[in-house]
Amino acid sequence: MVETILPLKVENAHISKRGKTIIGPVTFDITKQGFTTIIGPNGSGKTTLLKMMHGLERPKEGTLNWNCDLELARLHQAYVFQTPILLRRSVIENMIYPLRLKGMKHQQAFAKAKEWLEQINLLEASDLSAKILSGGEKQKLAIARALAPNPEVVFLDEPTTNLDGTSTREIETLLKKAIQTKTKIIMTTHDMGQAKRLSDEVMFVYRGKIHEFSAASSFFNKPDSVEAKAFLKGDILE
Amino acid sequence: MNDILEGMFSAFHLIISLDKDLLEIILLSLKVTLSAVLIASLIAMPFGAWLAVSRFRFRRMTIAILNALMGLPPVVVGLIVYILLSRSGPLGVLNLLFTPTAMIIAQVIIITPLIASISHQAIRDLWAEYHDLLISLNASKTQRIFTLIKDGKRSLLTASLAGFGRAIGEVGAIMIVGGNVDQLTRTLTTAIALETGKGDFAFALALGFILIALAILVNLAIHSISKTERASTW
Repeated sequence: MVETILPLKVENAHISKRGKTIIGPVTFDITKQGFTTIIGPNGSGKTTLLKMMHGLERPKEGTLNWNCDLELARLHQAYVFQTPILLRRSVIENMIYPLRLKGMKHQQAFAKAKEWLEQINLLEASDLSAKILSGGEKQKLAIARALAPNPEVVFLDEPTTNLDGTSTREIETLLKKAIQTKTKIIMTTHDMGQAKRLSDEVMFVYRGKIHEFSAASSFFNKPDSVEAKAFLKGDILE
Repeated sequence: MNDILEGMFSAFHLIISLDKDLLEIILLSLKVTLSAVLIASLIAMPFGAWLAVSRFRFRRMTIAILNALMGLPPVVVGLIVYILLSRSGPLGVLNLLFTPTAMIIAQVIIITPLIASISHQAIRDLWAEYHDLLISLNASKTQRIFTLIKDGKRSLLTASLAGFGRAIGEVGAIMIVGGNVDQLTRTLTTAIALETGKGDFAFALALGFILIALAILVNLAIHSISKTERASTW
């Protein structure tokens, strides 16, 4: 039994598809609790990097080690996709599903699911099909579903892309609450304002490589790399 | 044309007169077919789902064989089951030949590949949708299969109904293993074959119309019970 699955140590990890390097080689440690944001231009490999950390993409070379056995580490993580993947079930059944997978009894899972739905203002929609929810509601449901089993690490892939201000604010509130309960959040985003609002540390990715990984305050005030400076200035990076 | 009209009148007459023999034949047809569909679905659906979520060496070949078996000739299946169940066959001691059970066995063999193949196709699409989520949630293979079967139930119903359609109209295999024994193994299809052989086309047609009506009724009933095509969303 381990107390924490962190740190995550990644060494010389490399991912390529059809002969083209997508990620790597990258070496970094995820150690601290709090909010890590991955930023970078489109196509820089942010999502692939996030998926690699979670285990949805396997590095062809290099190693990725958690503070425990990989199988055990997987049990304490959750992932929220950019386009939420919801089960073809009702809202509450979507909430219950991961709790039941973790072995929770139905009644207990049902009660917990209701608590979460109340928190994200979807309790009245409990019995509706998840398909008919709005984009923002679907994303809130996906995030609540990820957080409900109390994972130690949550990965989020651009969770507020294409959402309106109200939904973005609700989701950020949800994530801030999760941080208070010692959940580690690793999130990709395009929204610089959001990165500034939420981040404790920032990882800047460009062309599959990590150009900077530092505390949010130092990254936004005094970036080291030329690429990060150009990106923050609003230049187009190809 | 006269035969067809006469057949329609006869069918109508048989139905409103609630002919006892006819009712027996209808009930046996339903019993044999629905039992076969139920058993075949219990085998084929988990197999189709397993095939969708599994990666193994001969997967493509297995799928190709499964698809080919959808066209399994009923007469050949009937003959094989007959040999297996006959007195001198390996399962002869069970004394199942010329019983409804033998007919169910033959129909299960015929429709299992059909239901499995359609189930596999339906679940493969759903698996593509759920893949990343279920992997991310660390669902075991069994949990994935159960989830896909549960959430794909409407598509799987179509698979079962396709199996029902094939089984209810099947005659070759059940004629061989059932023997078309009056009041024991006579179904609508074997009765139609018998009446056609005797030259009583009108009566054979009447049974044919009843068979078609029965197939439509069962389909409607199943759709109604499972509420398909009612809600626009899942």
